[in-house]
Amino acid sequence: MAPMLMTSTSPIISVSGLSKTYSTGFSALKSVDLEIRRGEIFALLGPNGAGKTTLISIICGLVRPSSGTVLADGYDIIRDYRAARSTIGLVPQELTTDAFETVWSTVSFSRGLFGKPKNPALIEQLLKDLSLWDKKDTQIRRLSGGMKRRVLIAKALAHEPRILFLDEPTAGVDVELRQDMWQMVRRLKQTGVTIILTTHYIEEAEEMADRIGVISKGEIILVEEKTELMRKLGKKQLSLQLQQPIEALPAALAAFDLSLSQAGDEIVYTYDTQAERTGITTLLQGLAEAGIRFRDLSTSQSSLEDIFVSLVHAGDKERA
Amino acid sequence: MTSLITDREAETGMRLNIRAIAAIYRFEMARTWRTPLQSIVSPVLSTALYFIVFGGAIGSRMQAVDGVPYGAFIVPGLIMMSLLTQSIANASFAIYFPKFTGTIYELLSAPVAWWEAVIGYVGAAASKSMLLGLIILLTAAFFVPLRIEHPAMMLLFLVLTATTFSLFGFIIGIWADGFEKLQVIPLLIVTPLAFLGGSFYSIAMLPSFWQKVTLFNPVVYLISGFRWSFYSLADVSLGVSLGMTIFFLALCIGIVGWIFKTGYRLKN
Repeated sequence: MAPMLMTSTSPIISVSGLSKTYSTGFSALKSVDLEIRRGEIFALLGPNGAGKTTLISIICGLVRPSSGTVLADGYDIIRDYRAARSTIGLVPQELTTDAFETVWSTVSFSRGLFGKPKNPALIEQLLKDLSLWDKKDTQIRRLSGGMKRRVLIAKALAHEPRILFLDEPTAGVDVELRQDMWQMVRRLKQTGVTIILTTHYIEEAEEMADRIGVISKGEIILVEEKTELMRKLGKKQLSLQLQQPIEALPAALAAFDLSLSQAGDEIVYTYDTQAERTGITTLLQGLAEAGIRFRDLSTSQSSLEDIFVSLVHAGDKERA
Repeated sequence: MTSLITDREAETGMRLNIRAIAAIYRFEMARTWRTPLQSIVSPVLSTALYFIVFGGAIGSRMQAVDGVPYGAFIVPGLIMMSLLTQSIANASFAIYFPKFTGTIYELLSAPVAWWEAVIGYVGAAASKSMLLGLIILLTAAFFVPLRIEHPAMMLLFLVLTATTFSLFGFIIGIWADGFEKLQVIPLLIVTPLAFLGGSFYSIAMLPSFWQKVTLFNPVVYLISGFRWSFYSLADVSLGVSLGMTIFFLALCIGIVGWIFKTGYRLKN
């Protein structure tokens, strides 16, 4: 009946062979396999319509899967739906709130709905953490969009979930709330809560996530440690600002992937961080031998955004 | 570690989420108290107008029906009428509105069984319309001479009817995908059935052909049974009334069960 006590190494969410075809015939998920590790921040990246929300909606019980299984902390989301859902909190993408309820009553309602005994102290703390305490007796319709977003987060956390889903949490959110939200996410992570967020803002994933999954056209095309992903796919560029402009690149350096700016005062060297040797030393020696002197240099690494765009496009080409 | 174990026991051991039922029920009742004019005063007033017109003004010129003054005769039917319309309105709106605004996501993602949600929503809608029915009964007592010969049966019919039609309203609320659909069935079907169900007359007053046709109207059985509990007067026998009422209740429970099993209009 009850699954065994989960060990700390077992995945907190395990999705296998999950497919969803809507009644319109649209295939939103195609046999997705995914494991989320206990206590991590996992970012699910993908363009609009890639299947992010469908995946979350199935795990949270809003959409029925066509086939496949999902375990949340060891509980099957359909057979043991009560236990599975008790562990999960969901902050939806849309600002769907009641209008006439007060902040306090709507958050208390959420806790009751999830079968937890009343705990005013916990809700007070939650509202304080989310800067909602002074609004606790305000009707939700009188709150700004950002405040409503905070209310949704408070509702999702009211039953002390071990897994928190944030579906596009910062869409249309101001800088202050974004900062507050990330602080809160880090605090939650410290208390052992696993956080899964979807986004198409890549900076968010880059800043927050431990691991990143990329979903495109209903398929998970990649799951990787963020640092590993950056390292694997990241290209680095070395820019050299020259003291004197030059007309052309020295022929002796033809082996390097170099480009010269139009004004002739900057050389950009693109290299792979994965390679055994980056070739920087040889390049600099070669430049010195050619009598080219530079006054400054800088390096830059490709962002997740570049990686993401190249991944999604590579997938498109394969299919084409 | 111990807290984790108790957590898991609590999770797997949850067979009845009574707190969720209570939360939904309180939420719905709070909605009523927030809008007392619309929720209570307006339906009571509109029904009281019937007592004044038919009981006070016209009633004195009307013949008594089987020894019951006309003003008193129509009271059970009027209470039934507001019970039907209010139960449907309360329950259909209660479930339609979260669907419309999207807040239903929370209910669908919560560890709540479908029948628990139904108990919460339908229980609140039925409580509210029963409360209204009793207020209307009290109001009526000021205008017309009332007697209740079978109070226990009266309460039973009140509970059964309020529950059945709250369930029916719940079904309409799930089926409706626009405000117009939400209004269509109550206005085009329930109101005519209630008026033609013998609120204002005894079926015996109809020509014999219409007496037979009218037996297809489910509201006839509700009103007949309810009126019997007041004056021991019935168009159809008490057993048939009670049987039909319970049959409609079972039918509605069946449909609601099917809705949640299949996720009809709730889940993709």
